[in-house]
Amino acid sequence: MQAVINYAILALLIITMIAPFLWMVSTSLKSQEYILTATPQFIPRPLTFESYAALAQRMAVGRIFFNSVFVAIAGSIGQILIAAMAAYAFSRIQWRGRDAVFLLYLATMMIPAVVLVLPQFALIRRLGWVNTYQALIVPGLVSAFGTFLLRQSFLALPVDYEEAAFVEGANYFTVFRRIILPLSRPALATLAIFSFMGLWNSYLWPLFVARKETVMTLPVALAALQSGPRALTEWNVVMAGAVITVLPILVVYLFAQRWFVQGVVTSGIKG
Amino acid sequence: MAGTQGWQKWKWVLFFLLPSAAGLAVFVIYPIFSSLWYALHRWNLLTPPVYVGLANFGELMGDADFWNAVRYTLLMIALYLPAVFGLGLVLALYLNQQFRGKILARTVSFLPVVASWVVVSIIWKWLFNPAYGLINWGLGLAGIAGPAWLYEPTTAAIAIVLTSIWKDVGYIALLFLGGLQGISTTYYEAARIDGAGRGRIVRSITLPLLTPTMFFVLITLLINYFQMFEQVWLMPMPDSAADRQVEVIVTEVVQNAFSYGRMGYASAMSWALFLIIFVITFIQLRLQDRWVYYEAE
Repeated sequence: MQAVINYAILALLIITMIAPFLWMVSTSLKSQEYILTATPQFIPRPLTFESYAALAQRMAVGRIFFNSVFVAIAGSIGQILIAAMAAYAFSRIQWRGRDAVFLLYLATMMIPAVVLVLPQFALIRRLGWVNTYQALIVPGLVSAFGTFLLRQSFLALPVDYEEAAFVEGANYFTVFRRIILPLSRPALATLAIFSFMGLWNSYLWPLFVARKETVMTLPVALAALQSGPRALTEWNVVMAGAVITVLPILVVYLFAQRWFVQGVVTSGIKG
Repeated sequence: MAGTQGWQKWKWVLFFLLPSAAGLAVFVIYPIFSSLWYALHRWNLLTPPVYVGLANFGELMGDADFWNAVRYTLLMIALYLPAVFGLGLVLALYLNQQFRGKILARTVSFLPVVASWVVVSIIWKWLFNPAYGLINWGLGLAGIAGPAWLYEPTTAAIAIVLTSIWKDVGYIALLFLGGLQGISTTYYEAARIDGAGRGRIVRSITLPLLTPTMFFVLITLLINYFQMFEQVWLMPMPDSAADRQVEVIVTEVVQNAFSYGRMGYASAMSWALFLIIFVITFIQLRLQDRWVYYEAE
């Protein structure tokens, strides 16, 4: 009996969670005349990629896709490197005032993003960085959350290897690079996934600073597409844009699921 | 700890902290102070700022649009919070069992969490389409004439809440799951030896020992949902009554800064949001002794 209930719930869960995505894909593969029908057509017939072609005519999809990939990867690498260095100083070196400074880092997480967005935008304008990659990447490079996550993991490492290395004359940087980082691969993978997801999905900040196609990222382009004059009827084109925006992150998630789950659980328990 | 001593050590500390400290100083600490400074000025980004004292905050008190946004924020939280909390907890209890297909269940629950809010808003905007959307088609099959959803303020707010629940429930379940797996099995064994049934075990062991996680979830949910933006910005249909009326605090801030060029006023409003979140979190911290159960170490 319990098994039957469990499978019924499983079926319900699969339908509710996946059906909206499938409907997105299905809509994107239809031609215009099969979109606005009183009875929905679930399997596109005829199946066509014309909405993707229409999308490519409407905007520089290739360029925008590249921008998203570039910003997400470059930003993640920067975030991880900076957070790892800070986390090392907060976990494996003893110094006076360490906990107070760490607390200050954590306190910055309390400020809502919307408070920071306006002055950051004014600053970016003054630097002449509007519509540049650095505007998308640099302000978000310091992740207090990432520092916190990596510090937790560094603290759990045994001191034995480190001491042996110091005895042999290694300096802090060598220990950081050769011992601490290799031993913390799971935590680094978790942070990499979260950084990538955050940057890939980001909308509010890019909306302020990257409105030219040369630097625009997918969410901003998609939001602009769906508020355009033809969006009310051309749902196939809008959905084609949605598919291109969401597919990469879903694939990353399916392959790296373990680190996602780990990240949520760790941040949850310790938070 | 071994390693370099004295001045040498401080040089290393500086070396490791420099990138993050510089980033925080320029892109977080400095903006915090400049935002406070803007809040005391009238400024449109183009002409020099004019000092107005607390006038922006005074205007906020009498701003019908701001209070409308506060009202909708609170209304949506009142609908969203109990639903996502309850469903998330039930889903976590479900995922905490042993059965085949458990990994699959967890995987699909988390799909909406990793999708961006922009994509999710757009998918559901299409589903909620009154004439051609799947939802009204389904309601039609059941003999119900579906509402105009994203055209009318009240139904738009409900649609936004339903979409938010769909997007967040997997995340909440996973947070609860972390808490559930932290409960020592010895409690369950002891209860079973004493002859307690399933319902009794959930009520007397699982739920009390889960209260620290519940507390964390509640705080996270409120902090996040007070800052909701994308779904409210994107989902209501353009030029509809819903588009004009359904606003939250962040959409008001963005609109004032972006569309009306009122940086000072928008900054003041963003600080009002911070204050609301701060007070609510503070109250929760004060109330936690009443219901959160911490195991003695």
